[in-house]
Amino acid sequence: MKMNGAQMVCEALIAEGVKTVFGYPGGAIMNVYDEIYKQDGFEHILNRHEQAAVHAADGYARATGEVGVAMVTSGPGFTNAVTGLATAYMDSIPLVVISGQVPLSLIGTDGFQEIDAVGISRPCTKHNYLVRELSELPRVLKEAFHIARSGRPGPVLVDIPKDITAEFGDFVYPDSVNIESYKPTVKGNNRQIDKAVEAIIKAKKPLLYIGGGAVLSNASDLIRQLAEMTQIPAVETLMARGVMGDSNPLLIGMLGMHGNYASNMAMSETDLVIALGARFDDRVTGKLSEFARYADIIHVDIDAANIGKLVDVDYPIVGDLRNVVENMLTGLEGAVKPARYSDWREILNQYDTLHPLSFQDSDEVIKPQWVIERIGQLLGEQAIITSDVGQHQMWVAQYYPFDRPRQWINSGGLGTMGFGFPAAIGAKRGCPDKTVINITGDGSILMNVQELVTAAEYKIPVINVILNNHFLGMVRQWQSFFYDQRYSETDLSFQPNFKALAEACGGIGYDVTTKEEFDAALQDAIEQNRVTFINVAVNRFENVLPMVPAGGALYNMILADKKETK
Amino acid sequence: MMAETRRVISVVVENESSVLSRVSGLFAGRGYNIDTLTVAPLPGTNRSRITIVTKGNERILEQITKQLHKLIPVYKVVEHEEMIEKEMVLVKFPIEESLADIQALCEAYNGGIVNVGVHMIIGMVADEPNRIRHFIEATSRYNPIEIVRGGVVAIER
Ligand SMILES: Cc1ncc(C[n+]2csc(CCOP(=O)(O)OP(=O)(O)O)c2C)c(N)n1
Ligand SMILES: [Mg+2]
Repeated sequence: MKMNGAQMVCEALIAEGVKTVFGYPGGAIMNVYDEIYKQDGFEHILNRHEQAAVHAADGYARATGEVGVAMVTSGPGFTNAVTGLATAYMDSIPLVVISGQVPLSLIGTDGFQEIDAVGISRPCTKHNYLVRELSELPRVLKEAFHIARSGRPGPVLVDIPKDITAEFGDFVYPDSVNIESYKPTVKGNNRQIDKAVEAIIKAKKPLLYIGGGAVLSNASDLIRQLAEMTQIPAVETLMARGVMGDSNPLLIGMLGMHGNYASNMAMSETDLVIALGARFDDRVTGKLSEFARYADIIHVDIDAANIGKLVDVDYPIVGDLRNVVENMLTGLEGAVKPARYSDWREILNQYDTLHPLSFQDSDEVIKPQWVIERIGQLLGEQAIITSDVGQHQMWVAQYYPFDRPRQWINSGGLGTMGFGFPAAIGAKRGCPDKTVINITGDGSILMNVQELVTAAEYKIPVINVILNNHFLGMVRQWQSFFYDQRYSETDLSFQPNFKALAEACGGIGYDVTTKEEFDAALQDAIEQNRVTFINVAVNRFENVLPMVPAGGALYNMILADKKETK
Repeated sequence: MMAETRRVISVVVENESSVLSRVSGLFAGRGYNIDTLTVAPLPGTNRSRITIVTKGNERILEQITKQLHKLIPVYKVVEHEEMIEKEMVLVKFPIEESLADIQALCEAYNGGIVNVGVHMIIGMVADEPNRIRHFIEATSRYNPIEIVRGGVVAIER
């Protein structure tokens, strides 16, 4: 069929089953927007900032497992989108971002709103394209979706010069992709898997170390089976919360810088680490030479470059987690008695009894951890929780009872403040039946606060719970611990009127200073079905504990004061 | 710290405009070392071969190979072990120097005189990288005006 490049873009999106595109128009992408106006195959959400558009597409992708799509114009539109690309890249989130570019004839001339998008985004995309002729556009779009979602997922940028979107040509959307130089390894090597199974059978203190890859590969059910069958205890990274399920007795908790005592001790004492889609991030391992120092390591990952990058691995297995764990299950069937690791589990239970995850609740002031526990009690599995970056993020990871994968959406790798609200908008669009709550901080929320307008316009009822400590709390905590309480530029005493701000943009605001007010506000916010800010005044100087100081060994934690148990 | 070793890597890539920046950007962004980098199209294909001389400890060298593999337009990464390695150098000498001596020197390193003009003599040598180093040292007594070194190319034996 004959059509212009802009129409081809729309047709390709429809062929890929895209239902929602998040974006922001401008000169170089206007031809595509003109076709968006004419079509009704997908909806377009006009975010109020390109960064937010990409985060929204990202939140959509994380919540649904599908490829998220965002569209921006050239120059500043694209540069605004870069933080979104980098955020998705660090957490391996499948996105296709389409950017307009100046016409081919102007490329290289410092034309109006020209910027080298492919050059800038190279280190923060899985792959990117500058389309050079119309005839390659359908193939490039097809490949972009394929690359984004296959192998280790990631964002793909397609930069399209304006004249190409205007030009007419034949459109045939390819139904398959063949990129000879790109063939991700999906099937794990059977001999390696057999060896790993042997190692598991011989181990006395094995530990499942579950990472975000478990969510990305939808392997949660199989990993739960693996744990169940072998009765091997598990720790989760920040990105894997929900994989085992909060009520699972085999889940020890989250490990790492703000992991609980038993999880970090488990990692320090295990004799066999079974790493499933985890990448030994420095926020997880602490001092590398002390990390899992008594253990052999099985590492399963779809990305060969993750294996052996930071630690020496004894049983490397490159492959998709679903495939590998399925094979492990076959190999382990009947091979381990459930009682085999009971002494090990008992040790870990004792550690947990010794130093449980805990905080000192109060009747005078709301503790941020209480708010999170409360939301968990009231909504539990029914909610999707997004967050920004800071103390509140860590408290959510520690205290929210996540029951399933894709219930917890946060920027782990890049740690992008401003991610939570737009991501919540995307998640809500993808999962309209869930209550979507962004648990955020008074610093972070301002980094994409304009999305109030987006959420109000499109009636996307996202609840933002602002844990307001009048501080850039996480930085303040480091200043308290490591910089002699010199609170350099972290005091946020000067604040906007959050309630009024929400209302000025078409939302609803609540100021909350007591637990009762919080319950009432949350209840009302759920019923109102509109975008809301619940501004909760919380204890200013609360710290996230336990804490492994950066670069320290996992077993050397700053613990909550013993008296402070609940 | 693990010991650093030298490694010659050949990367066969799709001939697309940004592929060289993907490869060199990977090295820059991840802090890997590039001693030399040579690139040319492979005859009769739409592919190019990039030859990189790098150094690093074992973990880094393994990462370099794996990260290169991850680039979408990369077909093949060869870490050379048994190889023939050659590098080329062009040297410009003042015409006042002894043509015969320079010719003898170049021939000792598998090369020769490639041009003699009114003001200068140009010699060319292609040899193994450490022999090239020796050759360049040896040229110093003939007051070279300009030395242009090519990168390493290698082929598996
Ligand atoms: C875009 C961006 N800028 C700076 C930082 C560094 N940073 C990490 S946490 C934090 C404080 C966040 O404050 P707030 O949102 O109020 O959360 P709190 O820690 O108080 O819960 C800062 C500034 C970051 N992660 N992202
Ligand atoms: Mg704060």
